[in-house]
Amino acid sequence: MTAHSRSHTPIYVGVFAALLVLTGVTVGVSYLHLAAFLAVAVAMIIAATKGSLVAAYFMHLIGEKKIIYFVLILTAFFLLFLLFVPWIVSMGDYRVS
Amino acid sequence: MNPDAASADILDVSGLTPAKLGTWLFLASEAMLFGALFSAYILLRAGASPAWEHGWHIFNVPMATLNTFFLITSSVTMVFAYASIQAGNVPRYRINMAATILLGCAFLVVKYFEYTSKFHHGHYPSTDLYYATYFTMTGLHVLHVIGGLIVNLYFLGPGVKLYRTEPDHFVSRIEATGLYWHFVDVVWIFLFPSIYLL
Repeated sequence: MTAHSRSHTPIYVGVFAALLVLTGVTVGVSYLHLAAFLAVAVAMIIAATKGSLVAAYFMHLIGEKKIIYFVLILTAFFLLFLLFVPWIVSMGDYRVS
Repeated sequence: MNPDAASADILDVSGLTPAKLGTWLFLASEAMLFGALFSAYILLRAGASPAWEHGWHIFNVPMATLNTFFLITSSVTMVFAYASIQAGNVPRYRINMAATILLGCAFLVVKYFEYTSKFHHGHYPSTDLYYATYFTMTGLHVLHVIGGLIVNLYFLGPGVKLYRTEPDHFVSRIEATGLYWHFVDVVWIFLFPSIYLL
């Protein structure tokens, strides 16, 4: 395993602080009782930001090998498909004969 | 040849240990597993008539926020555990791994109170689609937390022996364990607003 030449502690502490702040923001925003679409959008953007911080710094995705990026981009593509295609299809006008 | 020894060697082609590539592939499959449940949740909620209640009317948001804090902090202690063992500091590794486990247990304790409160009020997975969705999504996540805790306990206890004989191999295992634990945290990061805040 490659040794890290300098401590990553400040980065980890910084990410931790950011995660705590973002958690506070997302909970605080929920008390505003925004309109449905806006509430979902804000909540998911904050969640995606938090998840990205964990993935980038705690899971060391930054500076990771390209093959891992490829695996994840492929996963993200299929995940978007999985998440939204059933719902979008359900909004269609088709009838079962 | 000892097959375990090979996993600590760097693969020429990918530049990765099999453990790291394998773990990420596993996490990709797990993302599809939880993604399927999220997809069902989106579809069911979008089409629900009457519309589902907002999470804050049904659940205790402060309690769930505390749980979010527990898991996020456990991710921090996990990454410090990995950094510690990478640097060869076994005592600091042990402290951080123990903290990770304790925080994971704290998460489960809060979940226990949350679930029993629902049961006490007569709400079960069989009650309706709303509760079926809630219990299935959070229940699967709880199972993942429990699985992670068992592995973490092993690596806090008997598993550390491997560090004495094959340190690189052990560090590689802790890296894989950490990746799994962070993934469980990321799932909760999305689950928490979806269920409790919307």
